[in-house]
Amino acid sequence: MRPALHIPDGFIDVPTSAAVWVIAVLGIALALRGARRQLDDSLIPMAGLTAVFIFAMQMLNFPVAAGTSGHLIGAALAAVLIGPWAAVLALTVVLVVQALFFADGGLIALGLNITNLALVAVAVSWLVFSLLARLLPKSPLSVIITAGIAGFLSVPVAALAFVVEFALGGTGAVPLATVFTAMVGVHLVIGVIEGIVTALVVAAVLALRPDLVFGARGLLPERMLTLTPARAPKGV
Amino acid sequence: MSRRLSVTVFIVLGLLVSLLIAGIVSHYASASPDGLEFVAEQEGFLDTAQDSAVAGSPLADYGIAGVGDPRLSVGLAGILGVIVTAAVGFGLFWLLLRGRGTPARR
Repeated sequence: MRPALHIPDGFIDVPTSAAVWVIAVLGIALALRGARRQLDDSLIPMAGLTAVFIFAMQMLNFPVAAGTSGHLIGAALAAVLIGPWAAVLALTVVLVVQALFFADGGLIALGLNITNLALVAVAVSWLVFSLLARLLPKSPLSVIITAGIAGFLSVPVAALAFVVEFALGGTGAVPLATVFTAMVGVHLVIGVIEGIVTALVVAAVLALRPDLVFGARGLLPERMLTLTPARAPKGV
Repeated sequence: MSRRLSVTVFIVLGLLVSLLIAGIVSHYASASPDGLEFVAEQEGFLDTAQDSAVAGSPLADYGIAGVGDPRLSVGLAGILGVIVTAAVGFGLFWLLLRGRGTPARR
């Protein structure tokens, strides 16, 4: 028996869940259009692999404090690897598979989970990543660090999105302030791990195939991003 | 290092790593409730959770119904999950590519 990872039905009332479902569907529609524009052929297999890898990683709950565990969201990882639009779709695929086959996250609540983990977390990740990338020198290390920071911030912000939904339609009679403090507090800690894992995985892909990292475009020398390796051996 | 992995090798490696994580490493994952569930319990709204409409799924809660050994049950569920996610994921992105820009072949 493994812990559930996502919002179950019942936490948030049906009207709120339905309204957020509409947001989720609109977001997916936008992402389908955006990904079609943004994704080039070389990233198609990467996009599929990203979804698979995130599904697998989400099974690895890690202990964060007594009696609590955290797990990867993967939004920042996906956004950096395959671009924000494809990332929304990859996360959505994972959430749909988990909800339909593994009964993880309710079906009424699926719109909430898609909105928080696919739309909000990816949007925050990409905003943070692209803003920071402009400030730092263009290098692989910058890409890795900004990806990590984006991963870190995406987790408490996704938790914040849940708090907003709880404020609008939470069924539990619990003071909002304590839910806010607890959710953001726990997820700040989980975010640290998310940031570290995101940075490590991005570093690994950059080491193997920098040209397959969407977020590295424009940030790394052209030489590293073309398929044919540079002819002249470069000094270390 | 001028030699690079081909995309195919890279993708196959990635899939193998994913299978390893979902099929074997997942057994060693923490069984404690995750952040949300922990907060719900602590704040006293965990009991507002309702069963999913598909709670009776043979794969519910990342196990295979009827498989007693927890290692086997979680591992097989993880491997099936990887296969399903791959089918849906690669399928979706392939369809996206196919339906765009360059005129269709037919």
